[in-house]
Amino acid sequence: MTPTPADLDAIWLTLRLAGTVTVLLLLLGTPLAWWLAHSRARWRGVVNALVALPLILPPTVLGFYLLVALGPDGPLGQLTRSIGLGALPFTFAGLVVGSLIYSLPFVVQPIRDAFIAIGPRPLEVAATLGARPLDAFFSVVLPLARPGFLTATVLGFAHTVGEFGVVLMIGGNIPGETRVVAIQIYDHVEALEYAQAHWLAGGLLLFSFAVLLALHTLNDRQARR
Amino acid sequence: MSRDDALHFSVAIDLPQLRVEAEAALPARGVTALFGPSGSGKTTVLRLLAGLETHGRGRIALGESVWQDDANGIRLPTHRRPIGYVFQEASLFAHLTVRDNLAFALKRARTTEHPVGFDDAVAWLAIDHLLDRRPERLSGGERQRVAIARALLAQPRLLLMDEPLSAVDADGRDAILDTLEQLPERLGIPIVYVSHSIEEVSRLADHLVLMSAGRVLASGPLNTVFTRCDLPLAHGAHAGAVLQARVAEHRDTEHLSCLRFDGGQLLVSTVGRPVGAAVRVRITARDVAIALSAPTDSSVVNHLRAVISAISDDPNPGHCLVTLQVGAAVLLARITVHSCHRLALAPGMAVWALVKGVAVR
Repeated sequence: MTPTPADLDAIWLTLRLAGTVTVLLLLLGTPLAWWLAHSRARWRGVVNALVALPLILPPTVLGFYLLVALGPDGPLGQLTRSIGLGALPFTFAGLVVGSLIYSLPFVVQPIRDAFIAIGPRPLEVAATLGARPLDAFFSVVLPLARPGFLTATVLGFAHTVGEFGVVLMIGGNIPGETRVVAIQIYDHVEALEYAQAHWLAGGLLLFSFAVLLALHTLNDRQARR
Repeated sequence: MSRDDALHFSVAIDLPQLRVEAEAALPARGVTALFGPSGSGKTTVLRLLAGLETHGRGRIALGESVWQDDANGIRLPTHRRPIGYVFQEASLFAHLTVRDNLAFALKRARTTEHPVGFDDAVAWLAIDHLLDRRPERLSGGERQRVAIARALLAQPRLLLMDEPLSAVDADGRDAILDTLEQLPERLGIPIVYVSHSIEEVSRLADHLVLMSAGRVLASGPLNTVFTRCDLPLAHGAHAGAVLQARVAEHRDTEHLSCLRFDGGQLLVSTVGRPVGAAVRVRITARDVAIALSAPTDSSVVNHLRAVISAISDDPNPGHCLVTLQVGAAVLLARITVHSCHRLALAPGMAVWALVKGVAVR
């Protein structure tokens, strides 16, 4: 039994989606995590709760609201149309937006916790040694927070790979555009192609296990150094 | 080129538990100790000088350069103040080796007229054998030695040290103190040293800023502040005087060394320093007795001619504190009120100070 071209398309699309989302989340999530770790603003609690919301919210609920918001008449939809991006639902870009929100806590929380664990002292030390704040961030905070970033990268990527409900709601099932592996498996099962479904499902299972194993091994090694 | 690098500061900050409001002018050379009980605001003042307390207000100037003057909207951020800062606990970067920790400072150093070289700092702090280790493989004393070397490599014009020896065991402490004693001469910059250990202060400091409840109680030369009867220091259990002396001769057969100071000489157990070397002696008030004539039949070796300059009450019941002028030096003697009356002691009287114990550093 070999994968069909449609299966390979779905795998490639999933990897592209997860890669894009992970990179974007690391870029956007790091400043957010920094703010959450250091701010004393009163509404920090609100932001923390919002960031954590995708952890417990049913993906279909999230997907539904995203569909409404991103739709042609939704507030975000009007925005994307006015800047010439068109409507995002049922496009790859729409999937990216949905996944950004869906996987946000998996990236932001480990980084935030790493920043909190580092504490203010290394930054103070760096400042007394003449390091400007940005210099201190890149030369001290980033290396010290490496385990947190590693966890964030792996969880963000893996979680996006495994996404189903949100995709179904705002992405639909367009081959090469929004049909990711999880949807493809669903399609196979619907069509009673269990062998094909096994092939993909087993692959995802192995992938997830391997990723987590690698993560723990790497973090253990880091801790022992 | 000589430059007046005296440090003037007048700073204030409201902390949840304490309001700190401190003002002092410190000499351009040598070690100034910020001394006082825990919670008196010593560390906060040090952090204000470094610019680490963002809510601090006031004015800070080192010589001609103004680091902070909130009235005129001047405020250098920490990374632009030419300081070295040694934190109380180990503060080495855990992700870098000792060598890279030192290189971190050197790379970002402010240039000075008397730069401290990498090899100098490594040699002074004796950390040559640690260079390729990571901080977690170092003992408490080793970490602080590296932290001090790193602070020096930042090429500071002001060195700030916050109880650097509090996390170091007794052996390590002694070795580091030996090194610190030599720093003022090597660096030629002012050093501000926070401590609540009278030991460390009397060994290192030339100038003392006494703090209590967030305020400066007194600021002046070490022995002047130590022996002022209107300050709590003179009344503590460890009250005493610190004298600057020189090794005059070694009497090897008697295992004694003779030290000379501005008010006479002292015989002490052999000092491991060459003739001519400067040493500090600390004489606690309870180790000084008073006699009206030179005792010839006493086992006490050291007798010094003195004039009583003041007699004050002491919190210890039945005791009083006698301030003695010994040449240019000042000693304290804690004696019983009983003896004071029996000998009819009064200010202006010429007496003999019998020194029972001398701690040499």
